[in-house]
Formats: sequence, C-alpha cells, structure tokens
Amino acid sequence: MDDLYREIIIEHYKNPRYRGKLEPHDIAFADSNPLCGDHIEIQLRVDPEGRITDARFDGHGCAISQASADLLLESIIGKTLDEVKQLNRQHVLDLLGIELGPVRMKCALLSLKVLKAGVYGLGSADDSLVEE
Amino acid sequence: MPFDVLRVRQDFPVLGREVRPGVALVYLDSTATSQKPRQVLEAMDAFYRRSNANIHRGVHTLAEEATAQYEEARARIARFIHAPSPRQIVYTRNTTEAINLVAYAWGRAFLKPGDRILLTEMEHHSNLVPWYLLAQERGLTLDFVPLTDDGHLDLEAYRQRLSDAPRLVAFTHMSNVLGTINPAREMIAQAHQAGAIVLLDGAQSVPHFPVNVQELDVDFLAFSGHKMCGPTGIGVLYGKMHLLEAMPPFLGGGDMIKAVHLGSFVPNEVPYKFEAGTPAIAEAIGLGAAVDYLEQIGMEAIAAHERELTAYALERLEEVPGLHLLGPQAGEKGGVVAFTLDGIHPHDIAQVLDHYGIAVRAGHHCAQPLHERFGIPATARASFYLYTTREEIDKLVEGIYQVKKLFG
Ligand SMILES: Cc1ncc(COP(=O)(O)O)c(C=O)c1O
Repeated sequence: MDDLYREIIIEHYKNPRYRGKLEPHDIAFADSNPLCGDHIEIQLRVDPEGRITDARFDGHGCAISQASADLLLESIIGKTLDEVKQLNRQHVLDLLGIELGPVRMKCALLSLKVLKAGVYGLGSADDSLVEE
Repeated sequence: MPFDVLRVRQDFPVLGREVRPGVALVYLDSTATSQKPRQVLEAMDAFYRRSNANIHRGVHTLAEEATAQYEEARARIARFIHAPSPRQIVYTRNTTEAINLVAYAWGRAFLKPGDRILLTEMEHHSNLVPWYLLAQERGLTLDFVPLTDDGHLDLEAYRQRLSDAPRLVAFTHMSNVLGTINPAREMIAQAHQAGAIVLLDGAQSVPHFPVNVQELDVDFLAFSGHKMCGPTGIGVLYGKMHLLEAMPPFLGGGDMIKAVHLGSFVPNEVPYKFEAGTPAIAEAIGLGAAVDYLEQIGMEAIAAHERELTAYALERLEEVPGLHLLGPQAGEKGGVVAFTLDGIHPHDIAQVLDHYGIAVRAGHHCAQPLHERFGIPATARASFYLYTTREEIDKLVEGIYQVKKLFG
C-alpha cells in the first residue's frame, strides 16, 4: 500500500495547497480523462518576463490525479513558461515517487497535459504532450 | 446434483492463483468478463491440436471435423436460448458487433427519416452509439425511457413513449451497473402492440439466468461469449427468421455469398450471409463448450446462487458507514453491486482493494448516461458469478474498511 499511496500523496489529496481559482489569471486550461471522469482545470498568473507567479487547480478525481496536480503546481511556481514546456512525464513521476501501471499513469499525467496545453496555447490537449 | 461452489471453483484454473505472493485472487469483476473453466480451455486446445482447418469449403477430414464442430456449437447455443433453429444463431465478435449488425443491416434497410427508436437511460454504450450513428445518418429521432430513483425503468413513461410509435425498441435485459432485471416479456409484448420490433441486449442476462427467446417473443437478442465462461472474440445475434431473411448482408467477403460474378453477387442464406470471412472457429467451439458447462451445472442453480450472494452482499454493504449503493433492493436485481464511498474516488477504492487481491471495477462502466442520471461521475462495482463465495464478499467488506481507514 505504501507504494501507491505514499503519505505525500494522501496529504496533498486531502489538504491541497493550490486548489481554487485565480482571478484574474493569464492562462487557463481544462481537460478530462474520459475513462475515469477525472477533471482538472489549471489557472496561471505570469509576469512580464514569462515567469509563473501563482497557480491554482480545480477539479475532481482520484487521489493520484488530484495530488499530482497539487504537487505539479507547487513545483512550477517561479519557473518560466519555457521551462514548463520542457517538463516531461518523469517530472510528475519523480514528484509522486511511485511506479504506475498504464491506467493510473493517465490519472497522474492529466495535470501536466492540461498545464502544457495551456502554456502552449493549444486548442486541445493530447497525449503527445506527455510522452516520454 | 446439488450446487457446490467449491467444486465449481475447481474447474476454473485462474481462481487458484495469487495476485502477489501470499495474496489470493478475489475475482469480483465477472460483469466485465467471466473466468473460463478448463472444459472450455480444453475444447479449444483439442480443436487446435487435432482438428484445426478452415470451415465450409474443404472436403478433407480436418475441414469436415472443423465444420461439424463449429456447426454443432451453433446448435447447442440455439438450444441454450430455445431458438427454433440453429440458423437463427448468427456468430459475431460480441454483443457490440451483434447490435451494430442490426443497426447497419436492418436499420439502414428499413428505417426512414423521422422514424423513432426508443432506448433507455440504463443502456451500455454499445446499445446507444450504434443507434446514434444510424440516427445521424438517417435522420431518425431517439427517445429514452427514464429511470426511477431506485434504478428501475419508469414503465409508465415507457408506455407513453410507445404511443409515439417507435419502429424499434432496444433495451438491456439486465443493467451492468444497477443489476436491475427488466420485465422483458411484458415490455416486449407492449412494444409489439405498439407496432415496434425489439432488440434485447442479453449481455448480462444470458450468462446469469435462463433466457428463452420464444417465451420472450423477442425479435433480436445480442450476447457475448466471454461473459458466460466462453472465450473472447465470439458473440451471438439471435433473430426471428423473417427478419434475418429480409435483411441485406452485413460485411462483404467470402462465405457470405452463394456466387460471385464480375460485378455482381448472390448472397448466401441465413445465417451465413452475415458471417463474412474466416470466423472465430475455435472460439465458437469454445462457446459451445461453455454452454454445455453452464447447462450441466444448471442455469436455475446458478441464478439461485447469485441471488443468495447478492442478498448477502447488500446486507453486508449496507452496514458500512458512508457507503451508498446504486440500484434496486435484493430480489429485484442480479449479481452486480455498484457503490460510492463518501469522499473517496472509485479509482482509489479499486486500487486499494487490489492491494488485497480483490478485483473490482471503477469508472462509468460504459454507461455514462446512467451515471449522469444519478449525478455521479463514477462508481465502484463488484459482480458475482457461479464461482463467487460468501467468503469473498466478506473480504470485499473488510477491504472497504481498509480503504476508509487509509483515506479517513
Ligand atoms: C449490458 C451490456 N451490454 C453490452 C455490453 C458489451 O459487450 P461486449 O463488449 O462484449 O460487446 C456489455 C459488456 O460490458 C454489457 O454489460
């Protein structure tokens, strides 16, 4: 059990630090995982140099999807948009510190997919954003 | 012979395995697919080891044996659902393909713009999307029978919708989420009175209780081999003979033709005109063995075992604080229990249960409109079959308490 539900995941799921809305914001994007109905919306505030100054997420879903969103936002504040574009799936897996099968991988990567689609200004998010 | 679940379990090799060292498998996901008894595995293995050949066209010994076994299986399946003739058993890949076959071949030939199709809010996506596609193509109108809060079809609303004279009514015999067993016989009679033909989705009924197509007077029945102890890749469409005969072919190719000339063809007779190309021969033979197996144990006995388990499961689960069950009371439903736990996502329930070797499903179970009706994105679902035991339900309940402890 400890493998999949490490304390850090349960903690971020139960007491997320970055859940909520950010008004006004500069970037917003939302997407769902059609298989399980996980839903994540992310809002970012960006300064004139392209540095992320604040971030929030909202949505619903399993502990992995929600905790990974919280951990991800914590990790990007202070980063530039260009740096965020470089983030890959390993970044999220390192934050979670667990190994995941193919089904739960989609839950874990939803927030990164949403974040990158927003930062790139895309019309829709697809899995190529979070390929290895 | 009295029903003995422990002896039944001996027939299913996979039930003896551990998921991880020291953690026995508790398989509660038979609604998605059933496990397979060795009788089925051995029938398929014997076919490949001894008689493997393509069917119908060959005259050599192996081709004769393969054809005979393939057609014998069809005859057994026909007997199993009390079809008047084996010719009314069309082999498909699964329930989904059987429904698509009707939508494609019957629907395109006989429905015209403005015609109505009546569906229900509890359907599996496979009994929705084929009709949505057809409706888009042909300009049809779709109506839906609503659900009551306790998970039954609203039969008063059903009768009202029938007065709009739908051409086709398609509904599930048993819900794969709520477990609701619909009063098919009465519903079919009412549909016929209104001038509609009826397709019954038997994916969850044919595996779990006796289904008699003549008593039901149903026009089409679709079901899947893999949910009734058979292999994947084989399913069935039963149809009334005059309907099957009037329908144009489905896929084109070998076996579905009587003759092919340059620029024209003569379709084969029923059921072959719907079975283009080399079919799933070993799988059909495996399904024949599955039907034998179920009959030998007895569908009444299987249904009684599942009724008892379901009543026990509902009683145990109702005790769990914060657990909400979907669907009807015991006695009104089959062996499926879908539930939610306050504040815990179904995925997390399923994941923690897996840690204890317990296999349940989490999600919308291909019935998203049903979940929207109840205002929830997903449920966890445990389902039972002839090999499920009370001890496994006890383990499920213990596991749920562990889930609550972890997230509490
Ligand atoms: C009620 C119902 N209809 C249709 C299906 C589709 O079956 P298959 O995927 O074998 O085509 C299922 C299986 O999940 C089902 O439970």
